[in-house]
Amino acid sequence: MAVIDLANPTRFLTLVNRVLPWLAAATVLLFAFGLARAMNAPDDYQQGATVKIMFLHVPAAWLSMMGWGLMSVAALGTLVWRHPLADVAGKAAAPIGAAFTFICLVTGSLWGRPTWGTYWVWDARLTSVLVLFLLYLGVLALYWTAEDPGRGSRAAAVLTLVGAVNIPIIKFSVDWWNTLHQPASLIRMGGSAVDPTILWPLLIMAGAFTLLFFTLHLAAMRNEILRRRVRSMRIIQAQEVRA
Amino acid sequence: MNLGPHADFIVAAYAVTVFVVAALVAWVILDYSTQRRILGDLEVRGVTRRSQRKDDR
Repeated sequence: MAVIDLANPTRFLTLVNRVLPWLAAATVLLFAFGLARAMNAPDDYQQGATVKIMFLHVPAAWLSMMGWGLMSVAALGTLVWRHPLADVAGKAAAPIGAAFTFICLVTGSLWGRPTWGTYWVWDARLTSVLVLFLLYLGVLALYWTAEDPGRGSRAAAVLTLVGAVNIPIIKFSVDWWNTLHQPASLIRMGGSAVDPTILWPLLIMAGAFTLLFFTLHLAAMRNEILRRRVRSMRIIQAQEVRA
Repeated sequence: MNLGPHADFIVAAYAVTVFVVAALVAWVILDYSTQRRILGDLEVRGVTRRSQRKDDR
């Protein structure tokens, strides 16, 4: 099957049905391995066992931004090429990205209380991630409440592209402003500042969460294609009844 | 495994994550079965998509 064939929803569904069980199995296995490594990782010399929250918080933070990045590419596909599968991809990614952003905010807050002494501060990193979560909710509202799905999709695509400005702000907020949130310790000049005994479980958990994201995204895209088929069949049914 | 004096925060973080991920998984599974059931009902009533009609010709 050529890559261009995947632009056809029926062929895409065939591929998803074939790939999804394997992807789900790989996700479960990687989570089992990652969680075992995370639970056996040593405590941090300053934070103690609360460092275990990092194995959830950091992958969720990465996926919250990756989800918006994926939606931004899909938004370009919707607005520039008007490809229906691009719109399906964007719509399917929005609730998953919102869920990971929610996990990022809640786990960060639960990590902040014992390490910083507070659940929340209005610093640039935390606030920009909260803005990302609100943007996700805005996109979902446009998708779910628009009377005309086409107009809703285009409005959601425009909001997605406007909201993409927030992604570099989130990434560099810890460098541009004074924040309670620590600066980058993994992806930075000079290499990772995290000890390998904690870094490896974190990378494995990040891999597991990423596989989970793509498994859920493909499954949600399949559902959205089926939902659109239901809609078009109902319109045909209504036209036949009228005629 | 000793989670230390802040065990409540660690357990709460994992519990929230498990709950949200479980909700996402349940959502995609239930949504899939709902859409399949509705499509099946429509096909039983003889409703077909235009592209299906082209395939039949």
